[in-house]
Order: sequence, then structure tokens, then C-alpha cells
Amino acid sequence: MNVNEYKYNSHTEMSDELTSGVKDLLFKMADDELILGHRNSEWTGLGPILEEDIAFSSMAQDKLGQAQAIYNLLNQMGEQDADTLAFTRNENEYKCCHFVEYPIGEYDFSLMRHFLFDAAEALRYNSLLNSSYKPLSDLAKKFRGELRYHTLHSEVWIEQLSRATEESKARMQSALNECMPLALGIFEPSKYDDLLLQEGVFTGEENLKSGWYEHIQNILTNSGLKVPDLSSITPSFGGRNGYHTEYLKPLLDEMCEVYKIDPEAEW
Amino acid sequence: MYGGGNIFEKPENEIQEDPVKLAEFEARILAGEKIEPTDWMPKEYRKQLIRMIEQHAHSEIIGALPEGTWITRAPGFRRKLALMAKVQDEVGHAQLLYSAAETLGKPREEMINDLISGKSKYSNVFNYPAVTWADTAVIAWLIDAGAIINQVANSKGSYGPYCRALERICQEESFHLKYGHDNVVFLATGTPKQRQMVQEALNRWWPPIMHFFGPSDKISVHTETLMRWKVKMASNDDMRQKFLDMYVPKIWDLGLTIPDPKLRKNEETGVWEYTEPDWNEFKRVINGDGPCNAERLAVRKMAEEKGKWVREALLNRNEMYSVPLS
Repeated sequence: MNVNEYKYNSHTEMSDELTSGVKDLLFKMADDELILGHRNSEWTGLGPILEEDIAFSSMAQDKLGQAQAIYNLLNQMGEQDADTLAFTRNENEYKCCHFVEYPIGEYDFSLMRHFLFDAAEALRYNSLLNSSYKPLSDLAKKFRGELRYHTLHSEVWIEQLSRATEESKARMQSALNECMPLALGIFEPSKYDDLLLQEGVFTGEENLKSGWYEHIQNILTNSGLKVPDLSSITPSFGGRNGYHTEYLKPLLDEMCEVYKIDPEAEW
Repeated sequence: MYGGGNIFEKPENEIQEDPVKLAEFEARILAGEKIEPTDWMPKEYRKQLIRMIEQHAHSEIIGALPEGTWITRAPGFRRKLALMAKVQDEVGHAQLLYSAAETLGKPREEMINDLISGKSKYSNVFNYPAVTWADTAVIAWLIDAGAIINQVANSKGSYGPYCRALERICQEESFHLKYGHDNVVFLATGTPKQRQMVQEALNRWWPPIMHFFGPSDKISVHTETLMRWKVKMASNDDMRQKFLDMYVPKIWDLGLTIPDPKLRKNEETGVWEYTEPDWNEFKRVINGDGPCNAERLAVRKMAEEKGKWVREALLNRNEMYSVPLS
């Protein structure tokens, strides 16, 4: 699309209601990236093999870079700067889903989360390539290359670990069972979904979920895992509205510990 | 990052090597040639190189721990991303170095087992804790600076794979040094609280920094043969002098105080004078009795144990495990 084909080149062209909807979407995306990037960075120095240590760190850096870019866009839309948004808000102001808040656990959980989350993320940005809001479409283009590597990485590992040994297969199946309700929390409906769809900004969580389920089901089934039926799962909702798990508060306390010694200081 | 020092031991017994081959080997080194994995080399050369490269690799992976614990607390995106990339580099160095050591015949798994069992050492400096954010800044600046001095010297050594790994490592370390310096500058020119943090961190890290290059030449194991073979490239005291020459003025420029009242450059001799570091403490810490030895090894051991199922699965990654029917 060239510039003229975007319905909205700037948020100033949008109604207040639509601006709120876009901001809500951006906060969800940025907070997810920030918190999962933070979690994945906890593998630094502790990975099962050095190569995975390094890979998780790269992907965590990408996620933090993406979070920063989305907060920067929010800043252009009138919100505070990226550091202030990431490091000084109260817990209930974060819009991340429960899935990203959980501790890294064992490598099986972290890897399954990486696979399920990044599959959803890749589809989300893929759909945003066609967003009617130009800055969002631009971000999606910028992130596309990175995300491709993340999904390639997670798929290779899911396939090999789900097949290899009795222990690895059992671990991956049980990680999948544990992750599914949390993963469905990614797609918690938003009151803005219809408006965003109607205005061509974003396809909406429900549409994203269908595409995602089909995609992960193929890969997991081919890898020999049993994918739980969606109707049997209660999604872990609440995060998008500021209701979080017990894990987020300690994470934020830790993350902001130095920054809050003096938020006015330059670090 | 690695400082060398106290890594060589006296050969247990003088091994008799073929005098013709040995002379040929030494002539090649004298001529500045690199020794490659399939070339003939004295047993002692192989043994000491494995020891040195392995200790260097261990230092990188253990060195990721004190700084790594601050990734989750780094203030702001800029610092958080930079620290993640830095610590990731250190883990990458371990990977490069284990590969270089493997060319001499010792598998990575065996090296890591020796690390965990305490048989094999790593740089003493990582047995001290990074107490505050400012400690990570001081480590990234001054410990990495020390490591560069040691590693630039070693990159001119005789063993090809190690030299090539070191060249790349030094390039990355010089970025770490810039990052660390930038970080220290922000703290030293920041608020009174930030200044206090960085001064206290420097006070804590000065003794380990002075230990970093290893014991004084007067008391260290004789290394003439290893220096002739270009395994060890500079004496501990020479490297320490070089470090002091390069960095003490920079530290003073920032208005920080170095906690050694005797530290001064003798203008006549050009040699830095300082309070002799406590080498008994150095030995005590190297032998396992430092503030963090147990914790560092316990963390490494936990990571190895937790990752065991993954490594086992990788050995069978093309298998398709199916659940038995009964």
C-alpha cells in the first residue's frame, strides 16, 4: 500500500473512540512483549545448552525492542515516554495476558509458551500488515523479519523435543496441557474489537484465535502431541483489563527496583 | 572475560618428547607460525592449553551469572537491552572457547563436568557478588578492560583456534568496555545517590581487580617454557602495570577515589606502586572459600541438571517415540 491508501496516516485523523481502541490494542501488545521479553531473559546463563541460552537471549532482546517501539508509538499518540510507561505504571495499569506473567519454570514450559505465544504474535503482526492505521502497518513490517526467526526456532524445537524420548514427549505434552488455558488468554475479547475490525485497523481477537488454533494444531499433531479441545478449556482471562496473576507484582517490583531509586535520574 | 593468572601448574613429571619434533615445533613458534589442531605438539603444550582455554570458557559462563542477575533489574530500555546483549556475548564466548578447547581433544560435556565438580577453575573475580546496579557498571568497565589486556596479549599466542576465537572475543569485549564506561560516567556524574553507589562499588571491586591478573611474578609458578611456546604471553605484573597505566587516570578523572592510599606512579621508574594485594585471600577464594563460590557452582549445577533431559532428547531428535500399548 502506498501512503494514500491508508485510511489513517495519523491518530489525529481518528475519532476519540477509535484512538482509545488503538491505544488499548497497543498497550496489550507492548506489555505482552515487555513481560515475556523480561521472562525469557531470565534464561540467560541458565539454558539447557549454550546455544539455547544465546537464542533465548536474542529473542528476548527482540521482544524488548518491539515493546519499546510500540511504547514509542503510544508516546507519539500522547502517552508518556517508553521508559516511563514500562517502568513506572501500577500493576493494574498493565494490559498483558496472564500467559506472559508466569515464571519461566522448566525449559518445557518456557519452550511451549514461546511456541504458542510467538505463533499468535506472528499471526497478529501478519494481519496488521494490512492495518488501515499506517504506523501500525509500518511496525508490523519492521518486526516481520525477526518474528520469522522466532517461529522457525520454536517449531524446530517443538518438533524435536515432542518426539525424541519418553521423558521429553511426556514433558512437552504436560507443558501443552498447562499452557493452553493461559494461551487462550492472549485472545481475551476487547470492547473495541468490533470497532477496530470495522475501521480496518485490526482483525480482532476472535478471528486471530481461529487462525492460531488451526496453525498450532497442525504442528503439534504432526509432532505427536494431543491438542486439547478448545471447548474443554476455560481461558485465563483478566489480564487485558488489569487483573493479573500473583506473579506480575513481584516481577514489576524487581524490574523497576533500580529505576525507582530515582525516576528523575539518568541511568 | 578472563584475566589469566594462576592458571598454570608445574608439570608433574618432565615428559620426554622426541627432540627432533620438539625442535621443529619450537622453530615454527619462533618464526611466528600458528599451531593447528592436527599438527604435532608436545603433550605438555596440549595439556596446558586445554587447561587455559577451558578455564577461560568457564570464566565466561560463570561470569554471566553476577551480571546476569541484574538484567531483570536494569533501569530503562537502553540499559536493559545493552546488558542483555553483553551477557549474551559472554555466553557466546564460552561457546567459542569450548569449541576451541575441543580441538585439543576434550569434549565440552567433560569440561562442564569438571567445572561443576570443582576440578577445573574459573576466574577468581566471579566469586564476588554484584551487590548493586553500580557493581555491574564497574565490572563491565574495569573487569572487561582487564580481560582485554590479557586477551589481546593471548591472541598473539601460538595456538591457531584459540587466537582466532580471541580476536573475535576482543572485538566484542571492547564494546562491553564502552558500555561499562558509559554506565560509570552516568553514575559518577549523576545524583549524589548514584555517585555514592558507584564509589561503593569501586571500593568493593578494587581488591578483586588487583587480583585479576594473578599473583605477583615473584611468587607465581615459573612459566618460561610456556612463554617460549607462546601459551602465556605476558607476565602477571606486566599486565597489571599496563592496566593501572591505562585506567587509573580515567578513574581519577571521574572524581572517584581508589581505595589504596599507596597507589601512585613512580615518575622516575614509570612503575605503579600499590599496596600488595592479599594473595592469601586470593588463594583462599580460588580454593573455594570466597563469598560466592558455592552459589556460582550450585547455579551452574542446577542449570546442567535441569537441562539434562533436553540434551538427552537432542541425541535422539530424529526418533519418534511411541507409547507402548501395554
